[in-house]
Amino acid sequence: MIDYWPLLGIALVVIGFALSFNPLLVVAVAAIVTGLLGHMPFLKVLATLGHGFNENRYVTIIWIILPVVGLLERYGLQEQARTLIGGIRGATAGRLLIVYLAIRQLFSALGLTTVAGHPQTVRPLVAPMVVAAAEKQHGELDEDTVEKVKAMSAATDNVGLFFGEDIFLAIASILLIQGSLASFGIQLTPFQLSVWAIPSAICAFLIHGTRLLLLDRQLGKRK
Amino acid sequence: MINLHWLYALAGAIFAGFALGSVRDETNAKRWGNAAFWSLLAISFWFGDFFGDIGNGVLVLAVVAVAGLHLIGRGSKQSTTAEERQHSSDRYGNWLFLPALIIPFIAFVGTLLFNYTPLKGLNLIDTKAVTLVLLGCGVSVALVIGYSWLRPPALAAVDDGSRLANGIGWAIVLPQMLASLGVIFAAAGVGTTIGAIVGAIIPQGSILLAVLLYALGMVAFTMIMGNAFAAFPVMAAAIGVPILIQADGGNPAVVGAVGMLSGFCGTLMTPMAANFNIVPAALLELKNQYGVIKVQVATAIPLLIANIIILYIAGFHL
Repeated sequence: MIDYWPLLGIALVVIGFALSFNPLLVVAVAAIVTGLLGHMPFLKVLATLGHGFNENRYVTIIWIILPVVGLLERYGLQEQARTLIGGIRGATAGRLLIVYLAIRQLFSALGLTTVAGHPQTVRPLVAPMVVAAAEKQHGELDEDTVEKVKAMSAATDNVGLFFGEDIFLAIASILLIQGSLASFGIQLTPFQLSVWAIPSAICAFLIHGTRLLLLDRQLGKRK
Repeated sequence: MINLHWLYALAGAIFAGFALGSVRDETNAKRWGNAAFWSLLAISFWFGDFFGDIGNGVLVLAVVAVAGLHLIGRGSKQSTTAEERQHSSDRYGNWLFLPALIIPFIAFVGTLLFNYTPLKGLNLIDTKAVTLVLLGCGVSVALVIGYSWLRPPALAAVDDGSRLANGIGWAIVLPQMLASLGVIFAAAGVGTTIGAIVGAIIPQGSILLAVLLYALGMVAFTMIMGNAFAAFPVMAAAIGVPILIQADGGNPAVVGAVGMLSGFCGTLMTPMAANFNIVPAALLELKNQYGVIKVQVATAIPLLIANIIILYIAGFHL
């Protein structure tokens, strides 16, 4: 007999996110409810939550970058990013992002996943450059359009990372696949696995790249 | 040997700086709430290892209370005006990029040095912490260069760092909270339950249907858990290995690699993958917290279809 009750925690997360409650609150409530329904005593749930939080502190370390970004923005980093793009002929939002997508995929495929990212490159450099390129080509943008262009910058970073990193042999996900299959007696080398990440990486570049070219056209048609 | 604890000490100091910077921003009506939030994080990074699990659990509840009861806000203070920034950008020019680029540059050079040179064997840095240690070095070097070159007021990095941090707010700890939720899900047996459900609805005799169920199962489970890593072992055990590889004779490398990548398409579509989808929306000051997901769906769905085709053709017909 399968015990379905712990799945209620998932439902709580979905409902909580959909109703726009504070996500931290939603996650904490879902964690406690799931634990209790999974027959854990409250103190055990609390301890598991605390242990998980403490062990996963490394996830939050990336934010030590904010003082650097803040300091440079104080001295006009975003303005300079715009000036730089303003001087490049033929720079459009879509083309810039295609170049960024290619670089991000390539670097990730070489295992250099942390040289770029949302705090490191998208906020201080990529997003202001792309917005500047769009403004240069199409004039002043309304708020919704700026929002869309910025969101596309973040999306491009994600696509480049996800569909580049698995080509690298020593990345965590490849090692996880290898380990999971090995537990069933299926022995594969990381190389055999990472080769099969290449077709998907090419598809990702073509699909997302096409959308980026379409972004330029949409920006042109606007108004 | 430099390990994660050095980084935790540094990060704790920076979060304490955010607390100080928050208090200094009198335009933020809730500034004491913000200060409490960052102080709790600083305490967690500095002393988390001494509290015990229940103590940390109480700390988590305190963090959630401060954020969940809307005790934190954001100020409107700008350290410099738009004109001053333009003037400064004209003055320093493209050199302003240098400190920003030092961080990726150190990550780049350091990764190469510690993976492909004899430095690897010296045990200078704990191998599990190399990436983060390089980030810490990059941030430190960039700050030293920034201060000695631009000569800002002493607390500039504190004020401007906390301005950005408070702009992102609670979203900063959401990925860490979701990771803890994953630990609870695992302890309560959520993965096993989902695996059993999927295992019970396996179609007989159709490779295409089994491939579809495997790929869509990866997507759905990834969207629930927020990352494909949690989904893969469950889906591999439920369908990937017994049906696709053993019964239908699929190529195990394709089933493994492309199955994972199908899960990544799910990552593009879920708020549970907060560090990729929710945090950037806050970081880029989008009005819609789901703005990034919204634009990603139109890439994720065609890409998922492409992955299913690759899985079906390369896995079973090559």
